[in-house]
Amino acid sequence: MAEPLVLGIETSCDETGVGIVRGTHLLANEVASSMEEHVRFGGVIPEIAARAHLESFTPTLRRALATAGVQLKDIDAIAVTAGPGLAGALMVGLSAAKGLALATGKPLYGINHLVAHVAVGLLEGGHQGTSRTERSTGTVESPVLAPNTAALLVSGGHTEILRVGSLTDDVELIGSTIDDAAGEAYDKTARLLGLGYPGGPAIDQAAKKGDPTAFRFPRGLTMPKFEGTAENPGKHRHNWSFSGLKTAVARAAEQFQAQGLAVPTADIAASFQEAVVDVLTSKAVRACQEHGLTSLLLGGGVAANSRLRELLAQRCATAGITLRVPPIPLCTDNGAMVAALGAQLVGAGAPASSLAIPADSSLQASRILI
Amino acid sequence: MLLLAIDSSAGASLALIRSGNVPDAAPEVLHSAETQVPNAHAEWLAPAVTEALTEVGLRGEELDGVVVGAGPGPFTGLRVGLALAHGLAEGWDVPLHGVCSLDSLALRADDAGISGQFLATSDARRRELYWARYESAEWAPEVWSPGKSSEFSGPPQAGCRLVEGPFVGPAEELPDLPSVGAGLWLYPDQLTSAELAGAPADPAAWTPHAVELGRLAHGALTGELHGVLCAPRPLYLRDSDAKVPAQMKGRAG
Ligand SMILES: [Zn+2]
Repeated sequence: MAEPLVLGIETSCDETGVGIVRGTHLLANEVASSMEEHVRFGGVIPEIAARAHLESFTPTLRRALATAGVQLKDIDAIAVTAGPGLAGALMVGLSAAKGLALATGKPLYGINHLVAHVAVGLLEGGHQGTSRTERSTGTVESPVLAPNTAALLVSGGHTEILRVGSLTDDVELIGSTIDDAAGEAYDKTARLLGLGYPGGPAIDQAAKKGDPTAFRFPRGLTMPKFEGTAENPGKHRHNWSFSGLKTAVARAAEQFQAQGLAVPTADIAASFQEAVVDVLTSKAVRACQEHGLTSLLLGGGVAANSRLRELLAQRCATAGITLRVPPIPLCTDNGAMVAALGAQLVGAGAPASSLAIPADSSLQASRILI
Repeated sequence: MLLLAIDSSAGASLALIRSGNVPDAAPEVLHSAETQVPNAHAEWLAPAVTEALTEVGLRGEELDGVVVGAGPGPFTGLRVGLALAHGLAEGWDVPLHGVCSLDSLALRADDAGISGQFLATSDARRRELYWARYESAEWAPEVWSPGKSSEFSGPPQAGCRLVEGPFVGPAEELPDLPSVGAGLWLYPDQLTSAELAGAPADPAAWTPHAVELGRLAHGALTGELHGVLCAPRPLYLRDSDAKVPAQMKGRAG
């Protein structure tokens, strides 16, 4: 079969995304975000996100079809995020996708959001929007997953490192956060410091004027009892924890307030960011090394963070790992990544999903297709 | 005219409705199905639509429109039906119409011979009800008159119209009127059951069904009923409950 034309629908958090790909060619990536509506709450409110998905679905779909210059009847398959994510939000995209699949008679693929973040790395034409794909070390551009690939996914909703042997049948979770997602820690800290929402860009900005060594904030789960050794790994060797960090930041700020002093916002922001980025990158790079993974893809909204990209590039280069960061509009949640994974599954001859599939808010990374 | 109606405001249900062969005759229900299993809307509804079309031997492209219950109802379940309906209407490229889900109960009460003012109720959880006030009487023909389209020959005619609503509130704050729907079994001490000799089942067990919503939309689309159709968007009636976190309060910017 010629390269499949796949429509992808994403509604797992606060972005309503509809993307269209042909094989590994990106044709459209339309996103409607309800982010503005969450600003006054300092974080994503699931009910607000779910309401916005329903409002945005049809207009976003129509825009994507117009951008790609295709009609629904031309589509070969419909892929949709079935999990993980916010249950009520997932349900909107999944139901709408079922309606489209049923009405058009096209196969439905209920796919894993995390794996879709990795599949987006295969897309060509991803320069649409911003910069082209970046690499820390050059390799020949090819729409094939590099062997021994790892993916570091960092967003407001999730923080994971995956081993990806094959996008269609071999994905393994190596490590993840055991409490807050890294992006969530950014949001909570930004709220605490009065820097606004979303926290990622706000803290990144404030940190530029601050001293990252001013405060020594904790690096979660780095004590020997959690980490063990390469030969005898501890339970949390490749896991992260960000909830203690949030508490430490609050305590630091309170100490100044108690003495009637101005809170050194920039220094706290810079030190907080350094703590997050340090522990994220050091554990990710070590996980790659200990699993023989030589290629690392960064995904998720926090990929936009300048310090994360800088330090990760540096540490990957030192460790001889090829780092790949898709353009930011493809790192944040979007429909194109869902379509990209859908196209891989169609190409691999994977069986379509039933119209009876449920949304699975805690879908395991290893389950690529429901 | 051929319509597919779906509703997920309480249970989940669907119906295929077609104009009868006789002009002005009541529409024919080709197929109807429902589930009362809570939280199963998402899994049940889409396969049930496929089954309905297969059973009746119709293709979706033959439909003249999709009708969806706009609620009110518990948000997540309600959105399942609405999102599915939006996907279906886009996929078939047919119009999508909304109908207030409580109108289903009003039409059922009217069919069962209710007269005068009454309330249609459904479970809004959190010790509250969704409700609307209707009146069944003889009306001038411009007033919507669900279920009586076959008798639409000349004024005046019997029928039922919405007086006010839909609203959400605690049972004790509802007007003291005969009622139908889930409010009756949830709050038997606060609500009075409507006397319905012709009722097919205990009105306390009534939940909205797509059959009546389809019939109402059919009446509206054939020009016999007025004020029935609404936008295919959820009638939430409640805000999204989100609270501004304490840290944000009183903070400038
Ligand atoms: Zn994501």
